[in-house]
Amino acid sequence: MVNEVMFFLIGAMILIFSVLTVTTRRILRAAVYLLFVLISTAGLYFMLNYNFLAAVQLTVYAGGIVVLIIFSILLTSHLSERAVMAPLKQSLLSALATLAGATLTLMTILRFSFVPATGTDPQFTITDVGNSMVSYNRDGYALPFEVISILLLAAMIGAIVVAKKEKKIKE
Amino acid sequence: MIQNIPLSYFLVISTLMFFIGIYGFLTRRNLITMLMSIELILNSVNINFVAFNRYLYPQQLEGHFFMLIVIAVAAAEAAVAIAIIINIYRNFKSIDVENVDEMKF
Repeated sequence: MVNEVMFFLIGAMILIFSVLTVTTRRILRAAVYLLFVLISTAGLYFMLNYNFLAAVQLTVYAGGIVVLIIFSILLTSHLSERAVMAPLKQSLLSALATLAGATLTLMTILRFSFVPATGTDPQFTITDVGNSMVSYNRDGYALPFEVISILLLAAMIGAIVVAKKEKKIKE
Repeated sequence: MIQNIPLSYFLVISTLMFFIGIYGFLTRRNLITMLMSIELILNSVNINFVAFNRYLYPQQLEGHFFMLIVIAVAAAEAAVAIAIIINIYRNFKSIDVENVDEMKF
């Protein structure tokens, strides 16, 4: 009973704040609503008993990306500014297309009967996740780990180079 | 797995979130809010990975690592996108997609 109430509360928060994120005209508020969506998602992971993933969601997504987005909003627009939306005809067509897509996907999902795994649930600790991340044996993820580290380095250097102020050429 | 809550509830939530993100991507005209819609889409996909991992293959860690990789890619993407947006703002004094059309064919 408690589980159901918590689940529907979190689900309702996720959906309501997602809609507010894409419809509000104030950009800074949209960022704050996005933060609420991400925190509610972390709550969903806590309910699934995946504490490590919830912690990663809170620190990287809610703590890192949202702060980055808020910084760039403050750098690029005035707080009194209202966002411009697409013209009415385009909004209606987009709503129609997304509604059609959502209906199709939901019908497919609800018709398929998933068979949940039975038996006892093994409890993973953070140690298991960490060992598996750097292991190069079967079920090890050392290669994706290294690829991600190179990707992050490249993204960091690329972001610095792109955002750097260009030197004025002397005439 | 959570008692009394079937897997399809998670899938319904993530599907709706995914299409809300797509709607935002189609109707927004500001580059940063479009980036936020993309974050919504990526987040909904993460919910799917984690729920499948928990309900169908609780002995394995595949969903964990897919989700961690998606988060790392999302962080890198956000950093590069914001660098590009700031550069566009410097050149055009605006980040509305309507005004940034210099390279449009």
